Amino acid sequence: MALALTGFSVVAGALLGWVNSVTAEPIAQANAKTLSDAIAVVVPGFDNNPAEAADTVEVNGAQYIIYKATKGGQPVGAAVQSASNGFGGPLTVLVGFDNDGNIIDYSLLSHSETPGLGSKAAEWFKKGAKGDITGKNPGQEPLTVSKDGGKIDAITASTITSRAFLLAVNNAYAAYKNQHVDSASGASQQAKPAEKCDTDTTNVEPVKE
Amino acid sequence: MNGIVKENPTFVLLLGMCPTLGTTSSAINGMSMGLATMFVLICSNVVISLIKNLVPDMVRIPIFVVVIASFVTVLQMVMQAYVPALYATLGLFIPLIVVNCILLGRAEAFAAKNNPVASFFDGLGIGLGFTIALTLLGGVREFLGTGKLFNVAIMPENYGMLIFVLAPGAFIVLGYLIAIVNRLKKA
Repeated sequence: MALALTGFSVVAGALLGWVNSVTAEPIAQANAKTLSDAIAVVVPGFDNNPAEAADTVEVNGAQYIIYKATKGGQPVGAAVQSASNGFGGPLTVLVGFDNDGNIIDYSLLSHSETPGLGSKAAEWFKKGAKGDITGKNPGQEPLTVSKDGGKIDAITASTITSRAFLLAVNNAYAAYKNQHVDSASGASQQAKPAEKCDTDTTNVEPVKE
Repeated sequence: MNGIVKENPTFVLLLGMCPTLGTTSSAINGMSMGLATMFVLICSNVVISLIKNLVPDMVRIPIFVVVIASFVTVLQMVMQAYVPALYATLGLFIPLIVVNCILLGRAEAFAAKNNPVASFFDGLGIGLGFTIALTLLGGVREFLGTGKLFNVAIMPENYGMLIFVLAPGAFIVLGYLIAIVNRLKKA
């Protein structure tokens, strides 16, 4: 009895080991492709492989991954992966900046927002949409929703998601700028992280989404 | 082929409600979940009917679960490798196929007593019934909720009633579909 169960488990384990060895490579490739596709969307016009030129920086205890894009050896910008707490859970976003810190584009990597409400964040802040953030520079003015005195239109009925999203973008900028200055001028001057760019998300009021 | 209408796992037997309610926010999601379950169901049915004479009665449930879990893990790894977008959508519900009572139910009630060929067709029939039910449910929810069907816009934008894409919509639509199926069966 115990022997039979052991036997079947061993066979099943061997089978799974084999399938794992076969699929490990395609899974790694698929993940790498998802990432490089997302980077290509948010910072166009590079000729290196930003996915391999990744830097992890820590700002106020939170980690940010910066993928540097270069063309002919010259930096053309970077894609920054940043996260914050949305309405339903963590919200991870990849933001593309040019050398001056202007937002080129973004891509919502993962989220647990309400379908049909908060999940609109995937399109809402894109170029030409209602909450367009492209071309804006969080260094000049932190991005905030109009309800909080900012200039960005929040997603209808999803203010918390919008705040979380903009916080993630602002934080991405802070991480990028710190690192950008470091690499460009040998850290002679540390760019000041934009105001209100604290990574503390607990101060988001628990208002109804 | 009883599984498609007369013993439809979703509308008649009311089995496997968790993925039924959780993954049917669109027709494509529902259909993918149905097909994934069908794949595991057919494989586990065939294997279980092949090994039924080797399995001691007292540990048959653990062994069936090992078989089912193995196929689910295989499916999970293959999907992750070749259809990552779909895998990201269905996410947690793929590993949850293991605890879908349709699978263990068919293993106990059918595959453990019948030959591999009959078990294959039992898995196919029940699997198709499950797939059709989930696609139908997903289609109705997607159409009422977003005005689209299989991601193709049918109604103008902003037509949808959001509640049908959210959890309560799943219960409402499922209830009505079961009522319709019961009415048709009586007629």
